[in-house]
Amino acid sequence: MATQSKPAQWTPAEVKEEMLKKYPPKVARKRASSILINEALSNTTPEIQANVRTIPGIITMRGCTYAGCKGVIMGPTRDIVNLVHGPIGCSFYAWLTRRNQTDAGETGENYMTYAFSTDMQDSDVIFGGEKKLKAAIQEAYDLFHPKGIAVFATCPVGLIGDDIHAVAKEMKDKFGDCNVFAFSCEGYKGVSQSAGHHIANNQVFKHLVGQNDEKKPGEYKINLLGEYNIGGDGFEIDRILKLCGITNIATFSGNSTYDQFASAHTADLSCVMCHRSINYVADMLETKYGIPWIKVNFIGAEATAKSLRKIGQYFGDKTLIDRIEAVIAAEMPAVKAALEDIKPRTEGKTAMLFVGGSRAHHYMELFNELGMKTVSTGYEFGHRDDYEGREVIPGLKVDADSRNIEEIEVEADPERFAPRKSEEEMKALTDSGFEFKDYKGLIPDMDKGTLVIDDLNQYEAEKLVEMIKPDIFCAGIKEKYSIQKLGIPLKQLHSYDYGGPYAGFQGAVNFYKEIDRLVNSKVWGFMKAPWQENPELSATYVWE
Amino acid sequence: MKKMRKVAIYGKGGIGKSTTTQNTVAGLAEMGRKVMVVGCDPKADSTRLLLGGLAQKSVLDTLRDEGENVELEDIRKAGFGGTWNVESGGPEPGVGCAGRGIITSINMLESLGAYHESEDLDYAFYDVLGDVVCGGFAMPIRDGKAEEIYIVCSGEMMAMYAANNICKGIMKYAQSGTVRLGGLICNSRKVDNEKEMIEELARQIGTQMIYFVPRDNMVQRAEINRKTVIEFDPKAEQADHYRNLAKAIDTNEMFVTPKPLEIDALEKLLMDFGLMEAV
Repeated sequence: MATQSKPAQWTPAEVKEEMLKKYPPKVARKRASSILINEALSNTTPEIQANVRTIPGIITMRGCTYAGCKGVIMGPTRDIVNLVHGPIGCSFYAWLTRRNQTDAGETGENYMTYAFSTDMQDSDVIFGGEKKLKAAIQEAYDLFHPKGIAVFATCPVGLIGDDIHAVAKEMKDKFGDCNVFAFSCEGYKGVSQSAGHHIANNQVFKHLVGQNDEKKPGEYKINLLGEYNIGGDGFEIDRILKLCGITNIATFSGNSTYDQFASAHTADLSCVMCHRSINYVADMLETKYGIPWIKVNFIGAEATAKSLRKIGQYFGDKTLIDRIEAVIAAEMPAVKAALEDIKPRTEGKTAMLFVGGSRAHHYMELFNELGMKTVSTGYEFGHRDDYEGREVIPGLKVDADSRNIEEIEVEADPERFAPRKSEEEMKALTDSGFEFKDYKGLIPDMDKGTLVIDDLNQYEAEKLVEMIKPDIFCAGIKEKYSIQKLGIPLKQLHSYDYGGPYAGFQGAVNFYKEIDRLVNSKVWGFMKAPWQENPELSATYVWE
Repeated sequence: MKKMRKVAIYGKGGIGKSTTTQNTVAGLAEMGRKVMVVGCDPKADSTRLLLGGLAQKSVLDTLRDEGENVELEDIRKAGFGGTWNVESGGPEPGVGCAGRGIITSINMLESLGAYHESEDLDYAFYDVLGDVVCGGFAMPIRDGKAEEIYIVCSGEMMAMYAANNICKGIMKYAQSGTVRLGGLICNSRKVDNEKEMIEELARQIGTQMIYFVPRDNMVQRAEINRKTVIEFDPKAEQADHYRNLAKAIDTNEMFVTPKPLEIDALEKLLMDFGLMEAV
């Protein structure tokens, strides 16, 4: 860029003030509570406003409830027919856009490559769409005989009041050998896609988990919660788990199958990746079946090693612990070699991360490994506990939007509940510093003076980039081109652009290479419109 | 070239909108006016008296059966006095979206040319279900589909509440469009001081009580015979009342943006007139 201004020219307070300047007073006041200048206090974590409605008129980065339910949670399930009840656009734009990968397995049962929709028309809105929905479920059943059919409500379905749950139940009873269930995930519900995750997970827990009591083979059985196999992340994690001898019973919901969900209650430990989208399922699995849960992170080589060691420590078996150490020892040299080559070129560069409800936190690990500093970050749909840690949960306000989302009350299953460890064993682990169901949030890992911003919008994003000029910006497709037009590379962390996997050890190496390519590419320096150099137009006649 | 007048009749459910509309239209037809009635009610019973029974296949049913291939003659029927009769229709109770249905059928009528100059209409009458419940039912008063509104009411409290509420809807669209309130039609329920009370309500809203239709069992008798009063017994006194109402509408020149009352003012009005005799 021609006029290079150093980031140091602006203090964080000035950046915040500048971002708010354009807003009307009421909007500025509201936004101010969502923009936090991190103080890095030693004892407490500063409070941030999160999970509140986006102010109308602001171009938010958020998605809708339907996107969270159909696209994020149920999208990666491969042998459940995901049938959208609504206009065709809703189906098409929630279909495989997150690049969830799958392995069709021995049976070859894979419906992810199909977009199922009732293709709602004007007359279905007027006369009601239940008949058409029934016909669509029947058609899917006749064609594929799947184990399960999931029905998703789009906005018009909620407005006209089609009873999708009654239809689902009727069809389930009729078929007898196919589980049909529905999601009231109309796009307008809730504050963000987070509501959709909740609706999806609740139904998965109600209709699928616990359906199959058959004992699965293998040792050290875990569930991996909140991993969506974007760009093959789940494959890399499964590869590592397999090397370690750990059995993954169910992934929620990357590369998942009906049977995985149905057997999830037979695992002995739940490992939570994305805290936001699924922590409540981990809680329910513990309450109903007695499966303890821990927070893990397989994004970043060091974080992966740490998470594996934590799983080893939980099972407390020397064979497993040794095997995990052997795997780490075998995988790390390649990671170190890649870093030795790449880190000198990335060290000291800066990143901004605005993505997800946990992703922004996870990816800081990878940037740390590259010696890059995350100067500003935030979530699209995180809640306060994702920023400040789980200890704030009891004090969270339950607002009208949250009440709109079903909360399931679970209690110990009279037959299937079994504590995985005795009270003494649990106590011994806790005393040794082992943390169950613990998540400290993103803010404690941010440096003093960095900006933590919830529900960043397009205007603020552009302001941030103009003022702080990071070397890379990570967000999604909606932000990609507006940021790149400012001359800064944008890496999509929802769909990984065309890359991945970035999880685990091999994924970390992939990510180092990708970031090296992006931040050191000269192409961004050429981002100059012709008129910036030659303000006057000149032309010649063809015959000249 | 004459300008077609576009009239919509609103009012509380059960107040007699369809009966009043059809009897008034019969009066207009008798005067030689060319009228089209569009029933905007999923029950599709707005044209029964003019057609001599529920003989009409609704626009939406036709649309569903024929697909896009609908002709104007499929959806309109000639009735008493050369009137054209159309029923919008809609879903069964409890399913779908009737409001959306009304939007679709009015658009369909327009695209089929039902309002075209060549039809030589003097009036289009919309008979609209109940209160203004949602966007779809407000369709006739949006986008200039209807430009004159008459509200059927009586001296009963809920009917007056509904009338006032409908005025709120009209005010909203009057500010952005051409719709105006033409007056209140009092369809008498023999309430104390009814005429005076509705006249006062009309005055406060800024409009007029365009006609006071007295209660007469003749209307019921005609309805049982599937006829308007004018057709059933042209010499009846009630037939003259409807003729007078038709004339009042035909010569009406008072079109206003209504000023709906605050609830307090409305209640006071009821107190003042409703209890007058008891004092």
